[in-house]
Amino acid sequence: MPRLSSIFIRASLMYLVLGFTFGSLILANKGVPFAPFIWALLPIHIEFLILGWLTQLALGVAFWILPRLTSNTPRGDERWSWAAFALVNLGIALNIAAPYAGFIWLGLLARILQAIGVAAFAIGNWQRIYPLKFSFSARQ
Amino acid sequence: MPTITRWFIKAALVSLVLGLAAGIWQQVASTAGMFPVYLHLLTFGWLTQLIFGVAIWMFPMYSKEHPRGPEWLVWSVFGTLNLGLLLRVVFEPLQSLSPTIFGAWALVAAAILQWYSGMAFAAAVWKRIRTK
Repeated sequence: MPRLSSIFIRASLMYLVLGFTFGSLILANKGVPFAPFIWALLPIHIEFLILGWLTQLALGVAFWILPRLTSNTPRGDERWSWAAFALVNLGIALNIAAPYAGFIWLGLLARILQAIGVAAFAIGNWQRIYPLKFSFSARQ
Repeated sequence: MPTITRWFIKAALVSLVLGLAAGIWQQVASTAGMFPVYLHLLTFGWLTQLIFGVAIWMFPMYSKEHPRGPEWLVWSVFGTLNLGLLLRVVFEPLQSLSPTIFGAWALVAAAILQWYSGMAFAAAVWKRIRTK
């Protein structure tokens, strides 16, 4: 698989590990309360699993699997997709930090960066979504 | 399609139906504790389980002897994921309505099983994510 896909998917697995860990702590605490502060992990659990795990796995596999272009750059201008990786992950980091950083606009900035990142991925890979092309040759 | 993948995808579809049914139940009966059940049946039982099944099938080979990774490991992902989910589906609403010690520890067990399923999946596929 291409290097960017490998990076996207490995990152998504790290988010899976962390997100599942936080979620399990929250559920266990729900059953047998041992640390009330655990509930503070809930937004991080959600962010890590929705944006970190699900979204990045989808982007990574899509970058790998989508039909290739018949050009020197079979996966299009890869800079769009690399930008997507950077922006989505920066957005996750900023969104986690937002409640603690004291800047009320940090969460909004995080979401804007993530939206731009996903839009960049769409722009960079849009042309790879094309119908099957084949030709018949008549033989006599 | 390998057997393990068929089990994952069929279980994912069952979770999808149950999750949507839980969504309907919430509109009709509004039982305490149902919202996390609804959410996790859809995100964990349907989405994540479907991804697990297809990834185990489609990712590059683990090794020639075990192309999809150690069999016991991937089956343990399936077993713990679904057992943990089942415990959660049963006991999360029950604990909200009528908490018991048994129910409390059942939720702890659900948490551990679900946690294990994620760790085991990551361990099973990590080596399969590689550039040529």
